[in-house]
Amino acid sequence: MNSSNQEPTIQASVKEAYEEKSALRIIAGNSKSFYGRQIQQQSLDVSIHHGIVNYHPSELVVTARSGTSLTELQTLLAEQGQMLAFEPPHFSETATLGGTIACGFSGPRRPFTGSARDFMLGCKILTGRGEILSFGGEVMKNVAGYDVSRLMVGALGTLGILLEISLKVLPLPECETTIFFQLEEQQAIETMADFQLQGRLISGLCFDEGILYVRLSGSEKAVISEINNLGGEKLKNSKAFWQNLREQQLEFFQTQKKLWRISVPPAAPIVNVDGEWFYDWGGALRWLKTNCDDAEVFDMAQQTNGHAVLFRNSGIAEDIFQPLSAGVRLIHQNLKRAFDPANILNPNKMYSDW
Amino acid sequence: MITISPHASEKIHHQVIKKKLTKLFRQILPDPSILTEQEQLVPYQCDGLSAYQCTPWIVVLPNNIKQVQKILHICYEQGVPVVARGAGTGLSGGAIPLNNGVLLVLAKFNEILQIDKKNRIAIVQPGVRNLAISQAAVKHGLYYAPDPSSQIACSIGGNVAENAGGVHCLKYGLTTHNILRLKIVTMQGELLTIGSHALDCSGYDLLALMTGSEGMLGIIVEVTVKLLPIPEAAQVILAAFPDIANAGEAVAGIIAKGLIPAGLEMMDNAAIRAAEDFVHAGYPVDAEVILLCELDGTADQVADELKKAREILESFGAKVRVALSEAERQKMWAGRKAAFPAVGRISPDYYCMDGTIPRRHLAKVLQGISDLSTKYGLVVANVFHAGDGNLHPLILYNAENFGELEKAEQLGSDILELSVEVGGTITGEHGVGVEKINQMCFQFSSEEIDCFHAVKYAFDEKGLLNPGKAVPTLNRCAEFGKLHVHHGKLPHKELERF
Repeated sequence: MNSSNQEPTIQASVKEAYEEKSALRIIAGNSKSFYGRQIQQQSLDVSIHHGIVNYHPSELVVTARSGTSLTELQTLLAEQGQMLAFEPPHFSETATLGGTIACGFSGPRRPFTGSARDFMLGCKILTGRGEILSFGGEVMKNVAGYDVSRLMVGALGTLGILLEISLKVLPLPECETTIFFQLEEQQAIETMADFQLQGRLISGLCFDEGILYVRLSGSEKAVISEINNLGGEKLKNSKAFWQNLREQQLEFFQTQKKLWRISVPPAAPIVNVDGEWFYDWGGALRWLKTNCDDAEVFDMAQQTNGHAVLFRNSGIAEDIFQPLSAGVRLIHQNLKRAFDPANILNPNKMYSDW
Repeated sequence: MITISPHASEKIHHQVIKKKLTKLFRQILPDPSILTEQEQLVPYQCDGLSAYQCTPWIVVLPNNIKQVQKILHICYEQGVPVVARGAGTGLSGGAIPLNNGVLLVLAKFNEILQIDKKNRIAIVQPGVRNLAISQAAVKHGLYYAPDPSSQIACSIGGNVAENAGGVHCLKYGLTTHNILRLKIVTMQGELLTIGSHALDCSGYDLLALMTGSEGMLGIIVEVTVKLLPIPEAAQVILAAFPDIANAGEAVAGIIAKGLIPAGLEMMDNAAIRAAEDFVHAGYPVDAEVILLCELDGTADQVADELKKAREILESFGAKVRVALSEAERQKMWAGRKAAFPAVGRISPDYYCMDGTIPRRHLAKVLQGISDLSTKYGLVVANVFHAGDGNLHPLILYNAENFGELEKAEQLGSDILELSVEVGGTITGEHGVGVEKINQMCFQFSSEEIDCFHAVKYAFDEKGLLNPGKAVPTLNRCAEFGKLHVHHGKLPHKELERF
């Protein structure tokens, strides 16, 4: 894998922007540019800063520059029998590690192994003042100082530009198989809750169009005995199915309607709205295609003890994230000022008021 | 014992008269919940780091969130600093009080509010003991995974404040991986909800920021934890090695073969002997080092992994024994969990360190610790979360011998510096508190420390929550650096010295 350290170049750009108070729109692979509020500032391309900095398989840690291709990184890990266990979506071949972490996306394996932020161990960032700071590290346990590394996950680059990222990695499962069951929606919700109470070998659990899909991971013998235990029918193209779900290539996601990502407690009741649902994460992540008003969806998410994000097909200047409470919003604004006093890093990418 | 007070640059000065503040508190708390007399205050002088102490100015024991809000609001208005305290088992002095501050004790918040079986969560008050959560969840076949060795006594609020770990972190993570939502009260007295009962939440990950923030950002008044299904099977292997290098390689070998044990613990000979004498766990006292390797999951999965792990351990020269019954498994763990008190029996005092290192440097670091032990003339027993690189060297000393505590502290500081040198950290799970605040200066640059202060001020603009802990001022670093010139390099060299 080729490698290029462009830290000084990127730092100089940010320092200049800071001096001139000119805002920057941080980009790399442009694979997830649909996500977040649509902003227009001058772009700063960090894909030039790439390459693996450190990888010791027996330490279960990899450190790479933010512009590193996600595919290349995953290929390298797979060669050593390891993986990014949060199963991040790519949404395009050009996806980078930095964009993945800045968006904080995790795939179908998330409820069973952990999310992008769970695997974050440390990072080097450029603040809005152009300072280079490091937090966390390459060890599994580290409680020195506030957990700024995890704060960066999902912050959409608004608190700092990610330069290097250290992640915990896990071994690839020895064997993976998917079984499926035909169920009604209500039955599916209950079955998913039941399965998750049993502590089985589940690594994927979703429901779409009357079918409950259950992915099992473990040793071959254990997976076979688990299939006997749970019943159901074996899915033929297991790998492709979960990949298509992760990449939103399944039929469900082909839509011109607004696509909402609604995160709720897994056993939350079914909500009747004018739209169609796809249940992932054992019920904890629900995709909704609808033409309902945004306010209605945000209300519904809040009433279910969860939150909503307008994931795709948002309008220009529309607020897409669940509104924050006044006190929490104030802390967000204070943090934004602390890391980016001139408000130059992806301003208004997350919320319209900062 | 050393009496602790914040560094001059960290001390919060105020002119508030004790009687006046007590009078304000009387409007919201019953008299027995306000402690001001010397004999009432003594029990709160220290936490689990008993070498350090300070008698608090005023102790308050609220029993509901409204009271906490009002107490904090009063202190905010008056400019009085506040230290929160849970069960007081912390090992870094994070709950050591201030002689001009209020100690906010959350021991009365001891109820499990709800266990939601279907969503596999428990909503608990911060004073609930770690183990009590698992005990309450067992009837649903669930448990709370993080298990610090102090779990019978430590409370969940303190676990969150310190991001507590335990012996099962490699597979199940730290506190930060096992909580979903917090209710906190800010220094201004405002009640905020951080996180949600879904698996993530909107906005920044303030939950991550709160976890391990050592009472510096807000007071935790409610915690929602994730519960996991109790594994169908769990088995433990005891592997005895004739030398430490082999044991280190065996750990790397296990990981390299794709196994993630639920627990992977190492103890050196000094720790083995102490533990064996204390709990008779059946440890081989002639072994240089032992590894405890626990595998859990479905019965078939555990059987497969056990076979694999056994072969790997034997290939690195270990003598291996598998616990044949649940009772024997519990006994093997009891030895490990009692390692600290066991060492407490063979030495009048001990000082527990908490550095974490990349595992590949294990042999080098243990050799370094052994050299330092000789240099300072103090015995060090090593207990080690081998799976995740978290070392707990226990420095044995006698506080009654003049100068020995200071020697132990210096030896500890050198061990932490060694941990940072090999790419590790000064604290894996015990927190910085007052204990390692100086060592923060060699792990972080001035700009990084400034950033931590900025994070604090985003929550607590007057800096009243737990001042003098966790994050040093740059003045402190300059002063510490003056005492601590390493390899001719002065840390924070851009600062003026005084």
